[in-house]
Amino acid sequence: MTGRAPRLLVGLLAACLAGSSAPAGDMVDKRSGADFMSPENRAMQADDMSNPGMFAVLDGEQLWNRPEGANGRSCAGCHGEAATSMRGVAARYPAFDERSERPIDLAGRIGECRRTRQEASPLLHESPELVALTAYVAHQSRGMPISPPQDERLAPFRDNGRRLYERRIGQLDLSCASCHDARWGERLGGSIMPQGHPTAYPLYRLEWQAVGSLQRRLRNCMIGVRAEAFAFGAPELVELELYLMERAAGLPLETPGVRP
Amino acid sequence: MRWWNGLCVLAMLAPAAAAEPLRPYVVEGDAIARSLTGRPGDADNGRRLVMDRHRSLCVLCHAAPLPDPHLQGTLAPTLAGAGSRLSEGQIRLRVVDMKRLLPDSIMPAYYRTDGLARVAASFRDRPILTAEEIEDVVAFLVTLKE
Ligand code: HEC
Ligand code: HEC
Ligand code: HEC
Repeated sequence: MTGRAPRLLVGLLAACLAGSSAPAGDMVDKRSGADFMSPENRAMQADDMSNPGMFAVLDGEQLWNRPEGANGRSCAGCHGEAATSMRGVAARYPAFDERSERPIDLAGRIGECRRTRQEASPLLHESPELVALTAYVAHQSRGMPISPPQDERLAPFRDNGRRLYERRIGQLDLSCASCHDARWGERLGGSIMPQGHPTAYPLYRLEWQAVGSLQRRLRNCMIGVRAEAFAFGAPELVELELYLMERAAGLPLETPGVRP
Repeated sequence: MRWWNGLCVLAMLAPAAAAEPLRPYVVEGDAIARSLTGRPGDADNGRRLVMDRHRSLCVLCHAAPLPDPHLQGTLAPTLAGAGSRLSEGQIRLRVVDMKRLLPDSIMPAYYRTDGLARVAASFRDRPILTAEEIEDVVAFLVTLKE
């Protein structure tokens, strides 16, 4: 987590490639939430032997290879080695889903394969199986820069994500931007305010004592300002993610992360 | 202490302010001169409230001359000396509705229920603090002289 200069270059490059309307350019000194953690927590994330998120990745690997559903195919049966077929996939999600004509996030895409290709019982949002499969697939992109797809069809959804990000909500009347754009690095009570980048999900959170998804994190932030959180799987959460990924473009993926 | 997620649970359990209609008040200049309840508040209870990171949330943003400074936020100016810098009426308006003075402020309006979006059901149509609690907080802040 030392090389800020190279990361900045990658970020600027990504911002240029992303075109003029890219909100990514707003944020110059982009920093992962890991940069704001204690040395102990950073060490826990960096070492696969001590990173509790690796359990989810290993569970995911087993599920990847297990035949499921009416047609008895495993994920591996169609996709082969995840290290090859899934490399870089998480770095470009959410992506446009032709069927629903909407953006779909990585967990949603996995759920679709499970439902339509394996013809197996659907996996519930935030179920350990879905979180593990998502962690396993995302882990194949660890270290790769977040690179949102250049797909014009996503633009209106991303714009809506940005509107949601900037809108004040809840009894405390705060927006995501109030905290994560203007005041990162400050302290909110005993917690250091991160920039709010979705670089490490699913991740192990000490507070949760569990591995959880980005949607769980976003819902926590909404509940924190005493707002009615969007339900797991709600289109708004995918739109927020779409905007957050654009905003984080260039930062390397860390899955599975560790956070306080 | 992890306030941010602890809040999610604890805030739900905290006794929410009763959903009674807000009492009227008069703003003169940048102050509300008269007590919302017509009575002075209780500074000791105000101190407890300001310290309460789940209920008043003040110390999530503000430092204050109170225990556990390392768990106090840095998003807002310190409350130390507030009673020297501001009159009682000025403090009252700032706690009741800071956004009347600074529309872009991040400080929540503690005695207001309109103009909010997507408020969680358990907090809807209730101010963050009751009129009595606001007066207690004001009574405490007035004592913070430098
Ligand atoms: C009142 C301040 C506040 C608001 C408003 C807020 N957050 Fe957060 N957010 C935090 C804090 C503090 C953390 C770090 C959690 C911790 O360490 O306890 C965080 C963490 C995050 C993270 C995880 C970052 C990481 O490194 O894993 C994301 C993503 C995020 N927020 C997005 C959002 C979005 C999107 C919104 C609006 C829907 C939002 N936040 C609203 C304070 C806030
Ligand atoms: C019967 C074949 C089949 C099975 C079984 C299957 N998939 Fe797929 N998967 C596909 C096809 C075909 C595509 C690409 C077409 C599309 O986008 O729908 C795809 C796309 C994907 C993608 C998106 C890749 C990208 O580049 O956007 C992911 C991620 C994925 N699958 C994960 C999984 C996981 C995890 C499982 C097991 C739970 C699984 N798949 C099971 C056939 C399958
Ligand atoms: C989410 C952040 C936040 C919370 C919570 C918060 N404040 Fe504030 N407060 C601020 C900010 C920021 C300012 C400075 C004015 C501005 O820039 O908006 C401020 C200013 C003030 C002032 C004026 C200080 C001065 O010297 O002019 C008082 C008094 C005050 N707050 C009291 C309180 C009390 C009492 C509580 C809890 C009941 C509280 N605040 C909760 C953010 C907050």
